[in-house]
Amino acid sequence: MRNPRWVALMMLLLGSLALAACGSDDDEEGGGGGSADSGEPSSAIQRNEENASTTITVGSKNFTEQMVLGEIYAQAFEAAGYKIEKQLNLGDEKTALRALEAGDIDAYPEYTGTALLSFFGVEADKLPKEEDQAYQQAREGFAEQQLTAFEPTPFTSSNEVAVTKQTADQRNLQRISDLEGQAGELTLFGSPECRQRLDCLLGLQQVYGLDFKKFTPVDIALRHEVLTEGQADVSIVFTTDPQIQREGFVLLEDDKGMFPPYNSTLVMRDEIAEQGGAELEQLVAQVNEGLTDEAMQELNARVDLDKKTPEQVAGEYLREEGLMG
Amino acid sequence: MNTTMAALGQFGDAIDFIFSERESPAGGTRVGGLAELWELMREHLELSLVSMAVACAISVPLGLWLGHTGKGGFLAINASNVGRAVPSLALIAFFVAYVGVGFTNLVLALVLLAVPPILTNAYTGVRQVDRDTVDAARGMGMTGAQIVRRVELPLALPLIFGGIRISAVNVVATATIAPLAGIVTLGDPIINVNTYGDEGRLAAAIVVALLAVATEVSLAGVQRAVTPRGLKLEASPPRRRLAFPIKRREATT
Amino acid sequence: MSFPFAQLEIREDPTQSCQANNGFCPDWIADNFDRYVDPFFEHVLLTVLSVAIGFGISFALALIAYRRRWLISPVTQVTGMLYTVPSIAAFFLLLPITGRGKVTAIVALVAYVLLIIFRNVLAGLDNVPDETKDAGRGMGLTDRQLLWRVEVPLALPEIMAGLRIAVTTTVGLATLAFFAGAGGLGGQIFADITFKSNVVVAGGLAVLLAAVLDGLILLAQRAITPWTRAVAAR
Repeated sequence: MRNPRWVALMMLLLGSLALAACGSDDDEEGGGGGSADSGEPSSAIQRNEENASTTITVGSKNFTEQMVLGEIYAQAFEAAGYKIEKQLNLGDEKTALRALEAGDIDAYPEYTGTALLSFFGVEADKLPKEEDQAYQQAREGFAEQQLTAFEPTPFTSSNEVAVTKQTADQRNLQRISDLEGQAGELTLFGSPECRQRLDCLLGLQQVYGLDFKKFTPVDIALRHEVLTEGQADVSIVFTTDPQIQREGFVLLEDDKGMFPPYNSTLVMRDEIAEQGGAELEQLVAQVNEGLTDEAMQELNARVDLDKKTPEQVAGEYLREEGLMG
Repeated sequence: MNTTMAALGQFGDAIDFIFSERESPAGGTRVGGLAELWELMREHLELSLVSMAVACAISVPLGLWLGHTGKGGFLAINASNVGRAVPSLALIAFFVAYVGVGFTNLVLALVLLAVPPILTNAYTGVRQVDRDTVDAARGMGMTGAQIVRRVELPLALPLIFGGIRISAVNVVATATIAPLAGIVTLGDPIINVNTYGDEGRLAAAIVVALLAVATEVSLAGVQRAVTPRGLKLEASPPRRRLAFPIKRREATT
Repeated sequence: MSFPFAQLEIREDPTQSCQANNGFCPDWIADNFDRYVDPFFEHVLLTVLSVAIGFGISFALALIAYRRRWLISPVTQVTGMLYTVPSIAAFFLLLPITGRGKVTAIVALVAYVLLIIFRNVLAGLDNVPDETKDAGRGMGLTDRQLLWRVEVPLALPEIMAGLRIAVTTTVGLATLAFFAGAGGLGGQIFADITFKSNVVVAGGLAVLLAAVLDGLILLAQRAITPWTRAVAAR
């Protein structure tokens, strides 16, 4: 005589096997329409026709990483049904903020550290060292100006003090304080706004007491060339620059902790953020999920080394992460 | 009407930029004022003068020699045509990409830009000298070098200065985009408009225009000064096969 | 049954390709050539429009000045001044008046060619031998007929020479037009000024355009002035 319990157990087993098979078939079709379960990869962005009534103008600052980020957000928003306009390559952080406040753009990706130092005038000794703390402080600062700072990216890309391997070997440089006493013989090249930034020349002067022989402002796009050409002894570059790996530059360690965290956070005008609501917030979080240190470096490499356009690379990111078809 | 007032306003702001210092729109640093503009102009002039000096040192002797011996005419005349076809931005970019940034490299690029008009005009200037005059000098026992120095050069000077004038204006104009190669000239407010602001950019445009005009006018004056009085340039050989020589105004490019 | 894990492909060492090492990369150029197509056509448009408009204006001015000699000096002075002002400065001087875009660029480029064409048309007309003009009048031609049937055709070589100069210099100046927001090949050069392949292609296309337009005008000149070939070459 069959034990009804065994039958039930068998049924249960068969049933769950069947469900598992069906479930994985759906996954194999690319997760169209599925919501994120734990363990399941990011699914494609949902197009919502109601978003078409909102136009978002996405801006960016004037270097590769910024343009890639701007394109990523713009294309993601477009996939979600928003109307998009782009105004990338605006200029430095002050220019971008001005454009945002004037309403010329609706959003752009800023860095938590940059915001704290350049916009909110936080003093060097009061800078938060934790990524989360830096983000919260930046968010509060932006909120006071009717700007919403969305959840930050996993990656952080700091200003870095870079020298060629040759210089580092010759002068025995590993940390920024190793430049003490030697700075008087060295020329520093940086972007025009570097002079007045606490996370650039100003900070190097105040925190490390470095007095360089000469500071020359140079276009941000040439920050690596001036090192390889031998014009500059020291240059300011970004952590995620792919040229660092190619040229074998040495990044001097920030032993006095001068640089704050620099996670990227999308800063948007409150009105537009409200129109987007929780759905937009989730969308940004979804997009940010894949932007790790390695990922951002890879994306920058595709533009700076492979010479693809930021638009192409942003599309590749969204597709390879399964966010877009 | 409103656009006219707006435009006038912008020019007013630009003039103001030239004379008074102010906070940079990017914050933190001061821009504008006569001192800063003078510094930019100094760099601009230094770059231009060095380039012109080197270009003249190369092309005047070369052009004189080619003209005197009659060799290399094809090269000398077509140098200008080829040079004209290469855009200055492309030339600068080529040097930045292949040779590198910096003052010396930029001077090299500008010299390449400046040589063709001077070379062509020096060559043409010597060829224009009346053959009879040259023969007479040779008959007097002058050596080749003496003929060049004492006969051909003075008579070719107006054309040579015409070429120098053309090159100088070109070089001054091209030095405006020198910031692309890392040398901070008057073009910096135009290329890095964020640091200087829109009024800074317009101010720089005004100063560059005035500088170019001043270069042209002063070198035109020099050209007039070196033209011997009463010298009329006769074309030789005549352009059309007619019995009478034709008087023509000399086109310098 | 495997779970597809969508993630960005991260390469170990992206620094090995030709373009990563700033070389001249034919493969990269072939793959990315479409970047240069639109700017190239913008460049052609800017050049042809500017030279055509400039030619129209200065040809007319030259014809008028040919009869009214007192006009020559003032027109030469004014067009000379326009010629001297560097085009990049001109773009920004015009910005408050004509704004950003192709119009500003074309106005500045037209201003530049005026002197070249004016001077050359006038020189060409002045070079027509008096004897030929007398012969024409002797045949009963009116001033107008004389102008269009004798003087202008004989002046054509000089006019075409001026046109060739104007076209080649305009192609060069149009590379700066992107500063005025007018597009063109210069924008591409500027976009990656340290990358050899980019600079060579964008710059090379500009030089090629100048050479081709120059050649076309030369061909046109040979076609419409067949008699000049019979004369001893200069």
